[in-house]
Amino acid sequence: MAYALQQLINGLTLGAMYGLIAIGYTMVYGIIGMINFAHGDIFMVSAFIAVTAFTILAAADVTSIPLALTFVLIVSIFFTSAYGWAVERTAYRPLRGSTRLAPLISAIGMSIFLQNAVQLTQGARVKPIPPVLEGGVVLWDAPGFTVQIGWSQMLIIVTTVVLMLAFTWMITQTPFGRQQRACEQDRTMASLLGVNVDRTISFTFMLGAALAAVAGVMVTVYYGVVDFFIGFLAGIKAFTAAVLGGIGSLPGAMLGGLLIGLIESFWAAYLWAEYKDVATFGILCLVLMLRPSGLLGRPEVEKV
Amino acid sequence: MSKTPTSTLLSVRNLTMRFGGLTAIDDLSLEVPAGRITGIIGPNGAGKTTLFNCLTGFYKPTTGTLRLAHPSHGEMRLEALPSHRVARDAQVVRTFQNIRLFPKMTVLENLIVAQHNVLQRASKFSIAGLFSLPGYRQAEKNAIERAAMWLERLKLTHLADHAAGDLPYGIQRRIEIARALCVDPVLLCLDEPAAGLNPRESAELNELLLYLCGELGIAILLIEHDMSVVMNVSDHIGVISYGRKIAEGTPEQVKNDPQVIKAYLGEDEEEGEAAA
Amino acid sequence: MSAVVFARHAMTPAERLRDAGWVAFVGLILGIPLVGLTTVDVGGRLGVETRFGLLVAAVAAVFAGRLLLRWSIDQARNRKLARDQASTATAADRAHGAQKVVTVLGWVALGASIALPIFYSDNRYVVDTATTVLIYVMLGWGLNVVVGLAGLLDLGYVAFYAVGAYSYALLSTQFGWSFWEALPVSGALAATFGILLGYPILRLRGDYLAIVTLGFGEIIRIILVNWTEFSGGPNGISSIPRPSFFGLEFTRSAPEGSQTFAGFFGLDFSPMHRLIFLYYLILVLALLTHAFVSRLRKLPVGRAWEALREDEIACKAMGMNTTNIKLSAFAIGAMLGGFAGVFFAARQGFISPESFVFTESAIILAIVVLGGMGSQMGVVLAATLLVLIPEFGRNFAEYRMLLFGLAMVLIMVWKPGGLLAHREPTLRLNPLGKAASNKEAA
Ligand SMILES: Nc1ncnc2c1ncn2[C@@H]1O[C@H](COP(=O)(O)OP(=O)(O)O)[C@@H](O)[C@H]1O
Ligand SMILES: [Mg+2]
Repeated sequence: MAYALQQLINGLTLGAMYGLIAIGYTMVYGIIGMINFAHGDIFMVSAFIAVTAFTILAAADVTSIPLALTFVLIVSIFFTSAYGWAVERTAYRPLRGSTRLAPLISAIGMSIFLQNAVQLTQGARVKPIPPVLEGGVVLWDAPGFTVQIGWSQMLIIVTTVVLMLAFTWMITQTPFGRQQRACEQDRTMASLLGVNVDRTISFTFMLGAALAAVAGVMVTVYYGVVDFFIGFLAGIKAFTAAVLGGIGSLPGAMLGGLLIGLIESFWAAYLWAEYKDVATFGILCLVLMLRPSGLLGRPEVEKV
Repeated sequence: MSKTPTSTLLSVRNLTMRFGGLTAIDDLSLEVPAGRITGIIGPNGAGKTTLFNCLTGFYKPTTGTLRLAHPSHGEMRLEALPSHRVARDAQVVRTFQNIRLFPKMTVLENLIVAQHNVLQRASKFSIAGLFSLPGYRQAEKNAIERAAMWLERLKLTHLADHAAGDLPYGIQRRIEIARALCVDPVLLCLDEPAAGLNPRESAELNELLLYLCGELGIAILLIEHDMSVVMNVSDHIGVISYGRKIAEGTPEQVKNDPQVIKAYLGEDEEEGEAAA
Repeated sequence: MSAVVFARHAMTPAERLRDAGWVAFVGLILGIPLVGLTTVDVGGRLGVETRFGLLVAAVAAVFAGRLLLRWSIDQARNRKLARDQASTATAADRAHGAQKVVTVLGWVALGASIALPIFYSDNRYVVDTATTVLIYVMLGWGLNVVVGLAGLLDLGYVAFYAVGAYSYALLSTQFGWSFWEALPVSGALAATFGILLGYPILRLRGDYLAIVTLGFGEIIRIILVNWTEFSGGPNGISSIPRPSFFGLEFTRSAPEGSQTFAGFFGLDFSPMHRLIFLYYLILVLALLTHAFVSRLRKLPVGRAWEALREDEIACKAMGMNTTNIKLSAFAIGAMLGGFAGVFFAARQGFISPESFVFTESAIILAIVVLGGMGSQMGVVLAATLLVLIPEFGRNFAEYRMLLFGLAMVLIMVWKPGGLLAHREPTLRLNPLGKAASNKEAA
């Protein structure tokens, strides 16, 4: 029981991070209908930026944790959004309006490029940083097992909840959100009505990258190590989460992320840890077979 | 234009199709006689295309039955068949309101693809085809001849080797009809075939429809807004509004039906008067 | 601002400078965290190292590169405009001309690939690289059936390659099957996997299909890594028997009762014999694949694949059973991938899950799309490019994959339809040539 509770906490933490990355996939998919394959690598870039920023702070003897976190978040979000913007500008925008596969290939190329660029400039070795947030709160001291929620876990869950709220508010209440939704429904019509489609799409990529940057900082804080390959698996899991939740749906992305996080941690804890990714993909296949448009996606009736 | 009465080919009984809260077709019943042209008219959004989608297996009707008295297979229930079997086994073939050709393939290829089932059978799991055995070669030759015949008939021969998607709209409409004919239909369902055609092309369409029905005995179900087409070729017209059949009869009867004038032709006038 | 950057008209020098300056500025922002700063290990902890010199150099390179790129794009555009105005050729003529060039290129490529080992008979590196190219060509032709013709987005093609390779490896090491016995069985196994994967996901469309196939590829790989008793786990399977030349082994000395290749033909033993034999073997396999796929394309099933790619709904309305069509595409694509896998295992003599990662699937898919969906010659061109580009970068080995990724993006942006986007009809009513164009003119 205690063990299960601990897995629940771990799973939620993991899931929150997947969810943050998944939103980037889902938004981009919603607005231009492509899988931004490089999104996982954008996330990886953000984690490296976070490592550098933390190291700078350590060198400057900054000891205030809130201050450090804020600084790192701002720096990482700034640079990562720039990456999100640049990737869209160079690799996807010229391909808008061509076949569906062209931007996908371009995105895969971009993903390979980013991975190798980071490997070349930052080195192939794993980067460890000193623990930022240690310890936590003991929730339940059951006999033989102590259930604990780490400060970093709390940080991740709280940040994710706050971001989700802010995000929902932005999409539903602000002019940008309106333009974003308009572009999702009908890009041509939106542009006729005076929405700057290019800018909206650019901004969507930056937002997605910003959320990935938050996830990148959180991963760095939580695990304390990053390497240039983390983008691939995290990206695939997050995309799986987006599809599971119903691609195009923001709550769906979060729900999918949480589910995948939970499946992974419970499967690893109770069944075979080596096969946790098999479980993830297996469940994805099952869900899609039963509900081809994901859990919260609008069922797509083929208009003939 | 009085013709001897014929048997019923298709009978639609109490058809209802709902999308969530929207009832696109509401308890519709309709008879389509064999060897005749039956027109379906009605304002936009009346549910005409939805009727076709139910007929051809793309939508599963919420309730209702669609009975086809197939000349060689006997009675068939269309609502129980998946869309490809509606075309293959029941030989009810349709065109689409927003043309659906295979755009990168040539016109000839489009027509050959329509004969897929015949050719596939002749190719014996592609083995006969791979080795180009005589049986398959003959089948392919027949298919090309058949396609060439329809191309000739629809004045498309000179375009046979052009990519279908690159051709003008009016021509694409004709290609779609030619392609449907290659499936060998007993009932041909045309969804607004005259949309986007110029008057001369519409006149040619009239002639073609009369030929298909008169000479070849293919029953036609025709959705059309162009009155010069529907009124001239239809033996019988059904009028749909908001998913319900509000009138039916000969073109003359329909034209003079006050219900129809109100729902279909006169709506704008009335609104105009009310506003004035 | 951005309007200036990507303006369509020819630019004035001042505009060019401003444009390049803006791009360099973006480069600077992007470069600061990755190029300008890095973390290094100093006594067990990370320390920051600055590389501002490198950053300045990189930004300068971006500035110059942008100027040059912009200038050459403008030049190319002007030339193209002039050419278009000068020539009166119709689109059909041009397509016809392009087709001729492709055909000629095809024969030249065939001749070159047959002659290659004769000229490079003692250059191990060239023969090896050419063999690699041919493996990718074969894989590309296999995936072309699924993606290029049937339009089904498959991101897990490498799974079938793995099934083929492991089938041969296990059949030969465990049961002593020979290459030629194992080849058809492995192909059939891969096809079965194709159907097994295809069946449950038939209803899925587009990107859902992509992610599920990707997941399937990963599942196969994870199983290969973890099921040690079956697959040897991460260590893989080694000492896989090499194919023999009609029973003649490519070894220095033959076991009792058999002969070596060199001995039989009275040659001095050379390890190159095997490499050249393997090269010709994959060439023959690839050519057979090509003949098979090209023929299928002209059969009902092939046309049905293309029709499916063009419009699935119209297919159904024509009475086509799209389920069977999709399954046949999956099965045949998988089978060809399986054959390539068998060859791969036989050539390497050693396989491990590391050879079947997602990047491989991505490369094969890239070959199909870069080549021009459905174009057989395009696959050859793209496979050659994608294998050779990293090879040229061999002198700076670390940059290989970087160049590879960059090339994928650049080629796609430059030619979104692929390198050879022209589609040749599967049959014609009026034979090509003068007769057709005369008729058009009339
Ligand atoms: N797949 C669908 N999902 C929801 N509503 C639909 C669908 N198909 C048709 N409708 C609705 O049914 C009504 C009838 O449409 P339709 O049959 O296309 O009309 P028309 O008579 O102009 O062909 C319309 O209100 C349309 O929006
Ligand atoms: Mg309609």
